[in-house]
Amino acid sequence: MATIEHADARHPVAEEHATSTGLPNTKLAMWLFLASDCLLFGALISTYVLYRGASLVGPYPDDVFDIPYTSVSSFVLLASSLTMVLALAALQRGDVGRSRIWLLATAMLGLTFVGGQVYEFTAFYHEGLTLTTNVFGTSFYVLTGFHGTHVAIGILMLLTLLWLSLGGRLGPERVEAVELVGLYWHFVDIVWIVIFTVVYLIPTGSGPA
Amino acid sequence: MASVSVPGERARGLLRRPTATTGLWSWFTTVDHKKIGILYGITAFGFFLVGGVEALLIRVQLAQPDQSIVSPAVFNELFTMHGVTMVFLVVMPLSAAFFNYLIPLMIGARDVAFPRLNAYSYWAFLFAGIFIYSSWFLGGAPNGGWFGYPPNSVLDPSRGMTFYALGLLIAGVASTVSAVNLAVTVINMRAPGMTLFRMPVFVWMGLVVQLLLAFSLPIVTIGLVELLFDRRFGTHFFDAGAGGSPVLWQHLFWLFAHPEVYILVLPAMGIVSEILPVFSRKPLFGYQFVVFSGIAIGFIGFGVWAHHMFAVGLGPIANTAFGISTMIIAVPTGVKIFNWLGTMWRGDLRFATPMLFAIGFIAMFVIGGLSGVSHAVVPSDYQQTDTYYIVAHFHYVLFGGAIFGLFGGLYYWWPKVFGRMLNERWGKVNFWIMLIGFNMTFGPMHVLGLQGMPRRIQSYPASLGLTFWNLVATIGAFLIAIGVLVFLVNAVASFRRAKEMVADPWDARTLEWATSSPPPEHNFDEIPVVHSLDDLWHRKYAETQGGRVVPVPAGGSGEDAGDGGHGAHAIHMPGPSYYPLVASLGLPIIGYGIIFNWWLVAVGLVVTLAGFYGWILEPSAE
Amino acid sequence: MRRKTLLAVGLLLLTAIAAACAPNATQDTLQPAGEFARKPYDLFVVVFWVAAFIFVVVEGALIFFIVRYRHRKGREGIPPQVHGNTRLEIAWTILPAVILAGIAVPTVTTIFDLAREPEPGTMRIDVLGHQWWWEFAYPEEGIVTANELHIPTGEPIYLRLCAVGLAYEGQASPSECQPGPPDGAVPALIGDSVVHSFWVPELAGTQDVVPGQTNYLWIEADEPGTYTGQCKEFCGLSHAFMKFTVVAHTPSDFARWVEQNQAPAPIPEPGSDAAAGAEIFAAQCIACHMVDGLLDAEGEPILGSNGAPNLTHFAARECFAGCMLETTDENLRRWLADPPAVKAGSKMPDLGLSGEQIDQLIAFLNTLR
Repeated sequence: MATIEHADARHPVAEEHATSTGLPNTKLAMWLFLASDCLLFGALISTYVLYRGASLVGPYPDDVFDIPYTSVSSFVLLASSLTMVLALAALQRGDVGRSRIWLLATAMLGLTFVGGQVYEFTAFYHEGLTLTTNVFGTSFYVLTGFHGTHVAIGILMLLTLLWLSLGGRLGPERVEAVELVGLYWHFVDIVWIVIFTVVYLIPTGSGPA
Repeated sequence: MASVSVPGERARGLLRRPTATTGLWSWFTTVDHKKIGILYGITAFGFFLVGGVEALLIRVQLAQPDQSIVSPAVFNELFTMHGVTMVFLVVMPLSAAFFNYLIPLMIGARDVAFPRLNAYSYWAFLFAGIFIYSSWFLGGAPNGGWFGYPPNSVLDPSRGMTFYALGLLIAGVASTVSAVNLAVTVINMRAPGMTLFRMPVFVWMGLVVQLLLAFSLPIVTIGLVELLFDRRFGTHFFDAGAGGSPVLWQHLFWLFAHPEVYILVLPAMGIVSEILPVFSRKPLFGYQFVVFSGIAIGFIGFGVWAHHMFAVGLGPIANTAFGISTMIIAVPTGVKIFNWLGTMWRGDLRFATPMLFAIGFIAMFVIGGLSGVSHAVVPSDYQQTDTYYIVAHFHYVLFGGAIFGLFGGLYYWWPKVFGRMLNERWGKVNFWIMLIGFNMTFGPMHVLGLQGMPRRIQSYPASLGLTFWNLVATIGAFLIAIGVLVFLVNAVASFRRAKEMVADPWDARTLEWATSSPPPEHNFDEIPVVHSLDDLWHRKYAETQGGRVVPVPAGGSGEDAGDGGHGAHAIHMPGPSYYPLVASLGLPIIGYGIIFNWWLVAVGLVVTLAGFYGWILEPSAE
Repeated sequence: MRRKTLLAVGLLLLTAIAAACAPNATQDTLQPAGEFARKPYDLFVVVFWVAAFIFVVVEGALIFFIVRYRHRKGREGIPPQVHGNTRLEIAWTILPAVILAGIAVPTVTTIFDLAREPEPGTMRIDVLGHQWWWEFAYPEEGIVTANELHIPTGEPIYLRLCAVGLAYEGQASPSECQPGPPDGAVPALIGDSVVHSFWVPELAGTQDVVPGQTNYLWIEADEPGTYTGQCKEFCGLSHAFMKFTVVAHTPSDFARWVEQNQAPAPIPEPGSDAAAGAEIFAAQCIACHMVDGLLDAEGEPILGSNGAPNLTHFAARECFAGCMLETTDENLRRWLADPPAVKAGSKMPDLGLSGEQIDQLIAFLNTLR
């Protein structure tokens, strides 16, 4: 009897018959959510761009940015996309052990990035840039902080997957869960590439426009 | 994420799995889209009454010149809360009630794509409403207008606008989650044969609305976050003194709030598109054109936002561009109206209450649409903007439009939802009182605006000659209130009669009428197979070559009718759950925490996480 | 019986129309009194008649269908199932588009016309929106006044609008309506200002007054007269009481007004109530207000601030407190006793003046003609 119930639970009512598009509901929902999230970052990045050079007092971007440092932490985050792919591939092969290693690696790389961001914020703070110093501080911290929060949520999901896996509840039949978290993770990475380019790489000068 | 469900030997939740599907408690744990739809409807109607009382107080204050029945401070809270309530806590959730209840039935599905997320959306919405309203007792209600323009909304010393920002953020979470859920339902959960162009127009409008929500809400979310940070943490987003820009908020707000107008009115347009054919006994005229014009409205709706900002000083080029885009959006709107007229043309019109409201919708919406065109004429709008002319315009769209449509929907689907008809005679009384009261209230506001009465003023001097029409408007507002009371009495009275349980009382055309009234928990005993648009109609009637229509003999309707013949085999429905309620309860706690005490934020986060982890570990059905 | 009902309905309609065209409606967009109000009005009239025509056609068709195709007793069977007509669809897509295109042409030309740049020699006035009163500064003439904008007739006037807050001290005269940072310094002018909207319907359409942004608006009055206006964008507690009047003079009367307002205030006779009032003013009011020509004991001019209305010619103004109150002794007494009690949120605090002090202040204010 128990086994019958399992079968039902594994194919929730929603997927009792094949979906109209053939895509799983969860994946469609994740894509839609990420599309919506794009506009969230779009609005934040627009704010930052609008206030580029609008600050009346320093510190200005050129006073605080340490491009080589942030490049390294950006690379760390990008590398985590690779380990995410490897985690998914391992689980698809049925290699649960490897998938755990790669999930852990991804989460650790993400943690490294967030840690780097915390360090960076602290450094900027000591150089006199706070949330309320000027519109640069305001728009910079809120934009990058929002992204950092996204990464942190991603890490939480990765660790949850890892925890499920260690409890033996993340076998190849649940590969979809890893795929979903992977989609989210890659999205957050891509957004960072945009933020890194717009905020750090495009020069803004050192004073009010 | 949240939807990841894990098969386990037995439920490992923190809480014991609820099992009841009837009784009071079952309403707190239900994941049934029909029950959630009813919850949405009741909650929204409750807020409708509250928002209506706020409107009456506004009208009492303005009935005569130079009155001070309501102080300026309270007046500002009243019109702000009236707007916030009617937009976010009434029309949106009332539409959500119809979408929730009807979309799965109309597309032949057993439930929405993510039943537990659906419950989560409802509870988050309810908590958002309670959170915003608790502000009356916790330091002042929002008082900066529903549009919350900074710097005024940032500088205001009361807690009101902080409640506004946080409350709308919570409501935004609810709406975004629900939008994704319902959009996936429409895209992915259709019954076999239910192609996109066999979907009822209501479902189409539902899809457009969910996409509008999904792509407009994040923009205002950022606006609200920035407003919150300016108020709570002293950032400078909208602080011109530090180089920030108050106009940025206006862009972020209207980039959401104009699509929002269509989010509010498209559901009603969908309802009207369902009611008119049934009571004209004809298919919808130009189905594809109605659908495409709805999609077009959704698209163009993202390109007209600055027509709320013609007087801000964006410059003649921007004003020209947005003036013209606004004119363009009138075209698909016109197409819809002409097609509705085409539906009635040569029909066999039966004026039951739903039909009266649908026709009322058309008649009133035309007025709102035409006054809207006069705003697209930018120089003319320089005079009309922020006057009562605007108040008149958008009430013709949102009350004469959205609310009339939703009331029509209530009368139309009431027998489906509750298995009982609403009284027809009282329905007609309800309609006529509301129609007359509505026009008495908002018709004169056109004149008032043109005669120079600005919006959001607590009083006006007698010398401006605005007294007469203000008094008329106030009397009209009380007529509307009587109309709403008639509906309430009618609704309550319907429960005192025995259930009639007629599956298809209106001789309707769409799938929700193919199942019993009220439908069983699993909606259809057999998932229907769809062969055409208006599938139910074609099971009942056949069209001959010459366009003549003859009833299909009984029993000849094929094997698809959900007549409950095969009840024997088990249909597994998702089980009830506490976790959506728990997870959403975290949101208002976080909200209060941001206002009052940071430890509460931590508590809220813990509650949210506990809810989601319980959720993940709980299989969707047992 | 029926005739009586008709009569009653007719009378009611007449009353309604009479009330609608009340002659004392002095903020009426339908009674433009100058070029810049007439242009929006002319467009509105065009749109109104186009809309009225469409209204009649659509609602007429609706009513006709309701009557013509209503279900009749005994009618059996089902009407022919018409699914649509592509040609009709195309027609009713294109036709409204053509009509709208027709409206768009004059719309666009008027937008650009109203946004035209001023020619050299154009009269300019600065409009500063405060919570909740209006300040008018005449940079050429060197006049600063409040709540009453005086203009000459028959001449287009270019207004420069900006929003200012209380943190507006330290500048004797707002010679510049300068919302941008003056010389890179933090702009004190903007302070805690909010968005307002300048609207005098019979002379021009509205223009928002936005912190951090300078906006411009043309106004013109054809005939001498008084035109009322008020703030149109919700700006806080006393939004309803942020009013003003525009007084249009013939050019010669206007020249006289300018001359009168350029003069400093008269020095009150020593020992009079007014002189006592002047002393109270110099002690209490000067923190926010300004009266040009006021001298201290050594005969040095006393400089006030422009955070609150400049009162140099206060008694010559018909109204005060954002034109919420008419300038009468009685109103002044009420106001000076407790401003926030009269006007919600008033930035002028209750100064705790005694009855005698109030009378002396009023005596002084009345000399400021």
